[in-house]
Order: sequence, then C-alpha cells, then structure tokens
Amino acid sequence: MKKLLLLGDEAIAQAALDAGLSGMYAYPGTPSTEIMEFIQTSLDAADRNVHRQWSSNEKTAMEAALGMSYAGKRAMVAMKHVGLNVAADGFINSAITGVNGGLIIVSADDPSMHSSQNEQDSRFYGKFAFVPCFEPSDQQEAYDMVFDAFEVSEKYKLPVLLRITTRLAHSRASVKRKEVLPERKLSLPVDPMQFILLPANARKKYKTLLSSYELLKYENRISKYNHFKDGIKRDLGIITCGIAYNYLLENVEDSIHDFPILKISAYPFPADLIKEITGRCKEILILEEGAPLLEESIRGVLDEGIKVYGRIDGTVPRDGELNPAIVAKAIGKPVSYGLDVPSIVKMRPPSFCNGCGHADLFNSLNEAMKPFGPGHVFSDIGCYTLAALPPYSAINSCVDMGASVTMSIGAADAGLFPSVAVIGDSTFTHSGMTGLLDAVVKNSPVTIIISDNSTTGMTGGQKSQATGRLENICEGIGVNREHIKVIVPLRKNHAENASILRNEFEYKGVSVVIASRECIQTAAKRKKSENSNE
Amino acid sequence: MKNDIILSGVGGQGILSIAAIIGLAAVENDLFLKQSEVHGMSQRGGDVQSHLRLSDKPVQSDLITFGKADIIISVEPMESLRYLPWLSSEGWLVTNSSPFINIPDYPDSEEILKEIKKIKNHIIIDADVIARESGSSRSGNMVILGAASPFIEMPFESLQDAVRKLFGRKGDKIVDFNLKALNAGRECSNGLKV
Repeated sequence: MKKLLLLGDEAIAQAALDAGLSGMYAYPGTPSTEIMEFIQTSLDAADRNVHRQWSSNEKTAMEAALGMSYAGKRAMVAMKHVGLNVAADGFINSAITGVNGGLIIVSADDPSMHSSQNEQDSRFYGKFAFVPCFEPSDQQEAYDMVFDAFEVSEKYKLPVLLRITTRLAHSRASVKRKEVLPERKLSLPVDPMQFILLPANARKKYKTLLSSYELLKYENRISKYNHFKDGIKRDLGIITCGIAYNYLLENVEDSIHDFPILKISAYPFPADLIKEITGRCKEILILEEGAPLLEESIRGVLDEGIKVYGRIDGTVPRDGELNPAIVAKAIGKPVSYGLDVPSIVKMRPPSFCNGCGHADLFNSLNEAMKPFGPGHVFSDIGCYTLAALPPYSAINSCVDMGASVTMSIGAADAGLFPSVAVIGDSTFTHSGMTGLLDAVVKNSPVTIIISDNSTTGMTGGQKSQATGRLENICEGIGVNREHIKVIVPLRKNHAENASILRNEFEYKGVSVVIASRECIQTAAKRKKSENSNE
Repeated sequence: MKNDIILSGVGGQGILSIAAIIGLAAVENDLFLKQSEVHGMSQRGGDVQSHLRLSDKPVQSDLITFGKADIIISVEPMESLRYLPWLSSEGWLVTNSSPFINIPDYPDSEEILKEIKKIKNHIIIDADVIARESGSSRSGNMVILGAASPFIEMPFESLQDAVRKLFGRKGDKIVDFNLKALNAGRECSNGLKV
C-alpha cells in the first residue's frame, strides 16, 4: 500500500480504523484532538459507520468505550493527559473488570506544557492500574502498535494504555499501512459476572489482574518494541523510553555501534532485558520523555546499585521535554548553537483574536467588578483563560475543567463577595453542571458566567455539546428562571452588560449569565463552507 | 541530501500550508520526512514554528538540532530572528519584510531589518505586496516559499504540483493565485543558488 504522510495522532487513528475499530470516543484536548478529527473526516469510517461523535467529557468517553468493548467490539478512547484524571475512575476499574472486545486508551501527554496546566506522565497510570502500556517512538511504530495493542488487549482481556507525547502527536512522517481487518461482531462477555465489581467478585478479579501483570513483565522480554543492541563500550550503556530513542539515534548515527542501547516501548518494564544492559556496563544513562519513572525504579530508594545518570541527578533537566541538544549533552557530545536571538525580539504570547466575544465579555466584567477590586473571579480551561494576561488581567484562577464553578462556591462559603465564575460552554457541559447543582442545592450567592461561543474553541472549534441547550440545562438544574440572563458580548452592549452583571452580583442566590456570541473562527469557517456548498 | 528547515510566523499566517506543500513534494520525490508543528493554545496570535526535515536517509529526531538548520523560512520578520540559534553558519534566512504587529512592544521595523541583514545569507522580500500583485493578498506564504525554493533540494516543479494538489479542492482560481504567488517569489531569488 502507498505510504501516507500522517501526524502521530493521525497514524493512531488510521491504525485503529485498519485494525477493525467499531467505536471512537473522545473529548477534545491538545495534543490528542486530531485522533478523533481524523476518524470524523475518514470516508472509511463513514462507510462503516464507525462511532465517531465527541463525548461530554473524558469520563463519559471512557465508559462508553468500555460499553462497546463489553458488547464484543473494538473501541478506542483518546484524551489529553489531564483528561485521564477525569476518566481515572472508569479507567482504573476497567483494569479489574477487564474487557471483551479490545480496548485502547490513548493518553497524550504534554511535557513542557505547550498547551496544558501540568506535565504529568501517563505511564504512572499504566503502572497504577496494572495494565499494559505502549509508548511509540515514531509514527510508524504508533501505527503498528495499535494492532498489537488490540491483540494484547484481547489476549489478556485487559484495557491497554497507549501513551504518546506532544512531539509525536503533532509531528508528521510517512506511515505504511497494513491490511485492513474486519470489525468484530456483537458478542456478550462469556462470564456474566465479568463486569460486576461487587466486593466479593472484585477481590477475585483483582488477584487475576495482579497475576496478569507479572505475565506481562515476562512477555515484554520478547516484545518487538523492546530491544537490546550491544555496543563496544563497557563504561556507559543507554536506556531510552519512547521518543527519546530518536533523539539518541540523531546523536549517535556515526557511533551507533559504540553504545549498548536498550530501547523500551512496551511496559511493564522487562527486568530481564534491563539486566542485559546493567550486567554489561559500569554506568547507565536513562533517557525518558516525561518523569523519571524507569530511573526511579532502577535507583530504588537506596540508590546503591549501578551508577545511574538521568533526570534525578541533573544529567538531563528534571522537567520539560527532551530535544537532540539535551541528549547530546547527556552523552558528552558538543552542541554548536547558531547565533543568539537579538535582544530586540519580543515575546509574542497567544492572545484573543480580533473581534472575539470573550474579550468584550471581560471588558464588561472588569467594568462591573470595579467597585470590588481584584480577586473575585474564578475561571476555567479554554481560550477565555487568556483573560489572565494584560490588558484584561480579569481572572484569578485556572485549575481544572469545571473548577471555576465549584471554587466560586467554596469562596462564597468563606464569605467572599461577590464570588464569580467564568466558564466556557463546552467546559460547562464537561464538568461545570454538577458544580452548578451544588450551588443550587445550597443556594450559594454566586454568579456563574458561561462565556458561550458555541464551540470548543481552544482546540480548534469542535462541536460543543452545550450549543442550544444552556438555558434549559441551567433551568433544569434548578436555577431560578429570573436569574438566567442571556447577554450578547458586543462593544455596543458594553454598558448594559456591565450593569446586568452588577445586578446579578447583588442577588443573594445562584445567577447564571450566558454571554452568547459565536466564536469568530468557527463563524468564518462555517460561512466559508456554506459559500462553497452553494 | 539533507534539508533541515524551520518555518516561522504568527498563528494563522499559513506556515502549515507551506509545510504541507513541502511535505507533499517530498513524498513525490521519495524523500524521508519528519515535520513537527504547533497546535493548540499558541496558535491564537502567538509565535508558531514548524521543524521540517527532509533527507534521502531515514530521519530520526522530529526536532532540528541547534546550529543545524539549512533554511529559516519566515512569513514575519521579527519571528525569523527568534530561531537564529538553530541556523547553521552557512544557512539561509528567507523572510517577509511586512511585520505582523499584535503586541504593544513590537520593535522598530528598521531595527529588525538591520538585525536580519547581519545574517550572512539572507533574503528579505515584501511578500504581502508581491502577493497582492499576484491577485490574492492571502498568498504571502506562497511568495515566501517560492523565494526559499532554490535552497530546498527538490525540483521546483514538484512544489508547483504540490500547490495544485493541496489547493485543488478549493477550485482553479485559488490554485492559480497560489501558483502565481509561488512563481513570483521564486523570481525574487532566482540566480542566487542552484
């Protein structure tokens, strides 16, 4: 088959389709978004009617994918690393129930926090849940691994974690496809108790999980994704995980036969392979993209064994993503920098688009907040988080999806007045609704502003579950109809909007102000496609 | 053969289209390729860059090493300077001279040009003006690609073919604007190398 030029994300999506995927589940999140987007635009997926709609959040996506697996078919769920925190309950317990049809959970980590609040390493989740975890080093391996991950999933009856990082997710390379496999037929689990985690059953199943994990360690000795290549040197051996392998090869192309190199891309760690290299070499360098997971394990608490270099001793920076220069330094190779960046070059942080409705909302909010001073506005994850930067400096928090609503409740409990939340429409239906119910039940004196641009903007304009439903949702949750206000954030409405906000601050109960205007990017795209359809 | 290229600009200026065209052409020429790009938050009016690596041998790292880039192709003048630590001593810097000003402390344009002219191999062209003359003010990115094309080790025709392929779905008019812009850019640097 002809080679395709694919992003890492797209390679995973193409592979899933080729490996007989029946359902894709996801909530958008950089750097994972393009996996679902690829499947949504795939003609094959449309022909086969593969499930490919966005879910409300990562937890609902995870559970729906588990449901498809229960029914015997192959399913994949994709999210960014922090999304796995949201899906963690279902994820951890799916290891104990096990699967029926193959199930892959893709978690896309973001070391260096290009577009995230933290740089947590999802491999810990693999270890925590006792599930097999794959970490591709390049796009072709990402493609191939999906086939093997489905096989391992069905062989061991376990969900499989596929961990990627930003650099692979958003880098393109040519990928060779395999033969397309048919989808699996509907079939119920053989054991009707498999998915019932009543304590007595869960205890039994947990023991099975623990013994499967030991088997996996053994099997990973011979996994084609883990391999040891001996070299001439005996002073230093190098272990790489995932994409770190490429940065190493980039640096040792001319001296590839010098170093003993162990490449690990399938977890749990194969102890036998690690012994191969530690037994041959006096010292070990460990290169991992993310946290020093393997390094910590090899050092142990006492760190009295073989001499280890890595992130913990500072040979490699403790945080941030790797690059070829970091790896060069770690193996003692000189790095030649080009010219310095001239001092006149200024920072160019991201900013609101010209004409963005969020910007008008924050101008009105700042106006309404003038008498109270700073420190009253909790916000959330989305484009509107950019209001933290000048000239707006309008928000005081950005923690996790939905936290604006609940933090404003807690602060109001403590006596903060006014206590205001600003949350996007998609973030609200992701994780804001349950918090709003808390506020309604307690009659918290909070003003919840939903900045509704009718899309999931930050990740590129995916369909928002909230579109057209916000007023009904808020009323259904129990917000007094009198205190659900809809405003249009436009410069001409500035004074009126500020005054509506002020009035709602004064109300001693739950108010919701829906500031509704379509994202200008989405609107432009929509008009373009309407014109081309004419 | 090895070409390590850094593409730079501001989110929305079309550097990913440049990357896509070089990528399509590379596949046609049976070259190995890796191209990393920026998605997500930084795209909102922030600085964006793409590392594009072409070779007749397999490419390992998705990122270019410092001091090893053969070309910086920039659709914005200040952004072209941000990546100088990557440019090799014999590398070329090809940039648009029209600034994209969306920050309050944007430096003086003359100062920027002065810094660019300190680079041994540089080409500065007003891609926005040339694009308008070619019929579409939005194809400045193609002008810059055209101007950089003599330094990319692939036949110019394969870049033209890739433009046809990439924009084909959008109709003949769009293809023509972009081809004109590409050709006009090429003329700006004709005779400089190859």
